[in-house]
Amino acid sequence: MPRLHRVGTILVAAAAVLAWSAPDARAALKVVTTTEDLAALTREIGGDKVAVEALARGYQDPHFVEAKPSFILKLHAADLLVVVGRELEIGWLPPLITQSRNARIQVGAEGYLDASLTARILEIPTGQITRAMGDVHPLGNPHYWLGSDNGRRVAKAVQEKLAALTGSDAAYFAARYADFDRRLTEAERRWQSLMEPYAGVKVVTYHRSWPNFAEEFKLDVVGYVEPKPGIPPSPAHTLGLIQDMKRQAVKIILVEPYFDLKTPNAIARETGARVLVMLPSVGGEKQVATYFDLFDYDLQLLVSAIKETGAK
Amino acid sequence: MSPCSLRRSIARGLAAVALVGACGAPALAQSPDQAAAEALRAELARLREELQTIQQTYGDRLASLEARLVALEGQAPPAQAAPQAPQAPPTPATPPEVAVPAGAAGAGGPTGSLPFYGNVASMSKIFNPDVAVIGNMIGTAGRNDVSPSPGLQFQEAEAGFQAVVDPYARADFFLGFSPEGVEIEEGYVTFTTLPGGLLLKAGKMYGQFGKVNTMHTHVLSWVDRPLVAQEYFGGEGQFSDAGLSLSKLILNPWFFLDASGEVFSGKGESFSGPKAGELLYVGRLRGYRDLSDSTNLDVGASAAYGPNELRADGHTRLIGVDATFRYRPLRRAIYRRLLARTELIWNRRDLADGRASTFGYYVSGDYQFARRWIAGVRYDYTERPEDASLVDTGRSLVLTYWPSEFSQIRGQYRRTRYAEQTTANEFLFQFQFSIGAHGAHVF
Repeated sequence: MPRLHRVGTILVAAAAVLAWSAPDARAALKVVTTTEDLAALTREIGGDKVAVEALARGYQDPHFVEAKPSFILKLHAADLLVVVGRELEIGWLPPLITQSRNARIQVGAEGYLDASLTARILEIPTGQITRAMGDVHPLGNPHYWLGSDNGRRVAKAVQEKLAALTGSDAAYFAARYADFDRRLTEAERRWQSLMEPYAGVKVVTYHRSWPNFAEEFKLDVVGYVEPKPGIPPSPAHTLGLIQDMKRQAVKIILVEPYFDLKTPNAIARETGARVLVMLPSVGGEKQVATYFDLFDYDLQLLVSAIKETGAK
Repeated sequence: MSPCSLRRSIARGLAAVALVGACGAPALAQSPDQAAAEALRAELARLREELQTIQQTYGDRLASLEARLVALEGQAPPAQAAPQAPQAPPTPATPPEVAVPAGAAGAGGPTGSLPFYGNVASMSKIFNPDVAVIGNMIGTAGRNDVSPSPGLQFQEAEAGFQAVVDPYARADFFLGFSPEGVEIEEGYVTFTTLPGGLLLKAGKMYGQFGKVNTMHTHVLSWVDRPLVAQEYFGGEGQFSDAGLSLSKLILNPWFFLDASGEVFSGKGESFSGPKAGELLYVGRLRGYRDLSDSTNLDVGASAAYGPNELRADGHTRLIGVDATFRYRPLRRAIYRRLLARTELIWNRRDLADGRASTFGYYVSGDYQFARRWIAGVRYDYTERPEDASLVDTGRSLVLTYWPSEFSQIRGQYRRTRYAEQTTANEFLFQFQFSIGAHGAHVF
């Protein structure tokens, strides 16, 4: 078939040209993280010895990321992949890893780091779990990076991994970790004293993104806009929640930037509460570029809302 | 113990008393010396006390162990209790944790420390593949004289088994249970750690020709497959064969480019003709580029060449071009998306006498307008593979509702105009539901 052969020849020739014109340059250690929080923490440790890139954006729901082929290219070149774990990325990451054609970052390989392994995980379900409970995470709540001590633990794990991968720069990473640890301890002191007057303030959140955050800053989460994790709000649940909030005088509703504000706004109108679009991740807004910015931003937003609504 | 028996026991020896402590053997010896007997008696009393202390201690420890055992059995873990046990465990005490080998996570398996429920057998379950079953129930109302469908049918239950094989490979199995019987839809190993940007798959799999051929039924945007797939790929509009698939990333600074070459046994339904030594070849080149954070363009060209059974030396050649445009705003990704797609296929087929060159395509669009709702349209045009002058066209409107990620209810209105000058108006509806851990699909 002459025509078919000609098409085939052109394809093969094009492929050959492209294959030649792609030098696989490798200078700094290339790290790919699934979220911008992990990227921010890795930057704290890696400094200028690593090039860090995140797959999901900070204003994106990390459960529902599209497994775009452009991510395959990033993974293909990576020396290290850092993931949140606890099945947060289960809906999109596994096929990307398979297609990455990169032995270094396969699960269990040297260049694969599950950041949750050393973190303190809350809400690990016990007993029988079924999907009647909604989109429940059987390995515990994956939004653990919103507790600052987990940020420290992840940074430590990253430091050890980077040291193991490079060898020669171990002292550099150790020094950067020590510096990060010191700055974080200072910031934690600042954050705690900022939040101290408001300990026990009652809030409602949209999704169960905040257990670590609530624990650290003593927020009392009395309910969720979602009837069950991952299940959109239903009228009956919303009515019940409104009554609960009125009874307990809840004045704050925390909503992640990727959820629709219609239901939270309706609840707020009924209860006189304030809807706060709190950022669960670095990069949720342009000015939130580091792990420290994330807590500064969220706590400032929270404190001013508590003051204005008289929630506490 | 009575004093008499005691005396006899002394004669038998202290060890026996300490261990047995019972009236045992008949007495034989008499005590020759009273003082010695006194000393022995005192010693014996001491030993008795010691024995009692020991008994007490062991009894207590045994009782506490038994109590702990009962407590452990009481919180019968779900790992052993199996899904049938509906009652929740009475004591939600945190079970001890055990580290899970990281290798299990690739298939979406468990990662990190998992609750560990006691015995060695339950540990081995961690290596079981992810298992999922997807049910697909279809109903059809309306009249179709050319290609009638049953009013109600349980079209398929698809069972998937997926896991990492070893540090070098993973495996995926999909079995289809349908009214026609059980079929291995796919079953292949993927070698993920080859050098040179290569990815090798071996086993039975869908040929990478265009888009719709590699899609499992449950990820389609419609109840049925496009007419062009049904008529050109044979079978149920999809070809799957035993073969090898090798693909390579072609790195370049501009866009994602992936080239794949595949050989199949050519004994499948589509390129039928079980001729010894004749193989079916499939090649595909796929380019992809992000236009922005929320839009992207995905284009591909495919070719397939293989034997058919219409003539002794008959062959079928397919050339396909496909293009997909996607829009999904990242901030509202769970509420909005748009997908526009077309696939054009040229078919050259050797017939019993002569050869037919035909062409077919479909154009479709899906728009998600709320978190749980997607509306879609599709237009079909297909020249029958044996005669280009026989043309079938179809128009469909689709509405899909998702109660959750794991179930889907869909209705489709389909109007098909067949070459026989008859028109079929049908309403199709579909229930799809999935249980278990189904691995994510390739984009």
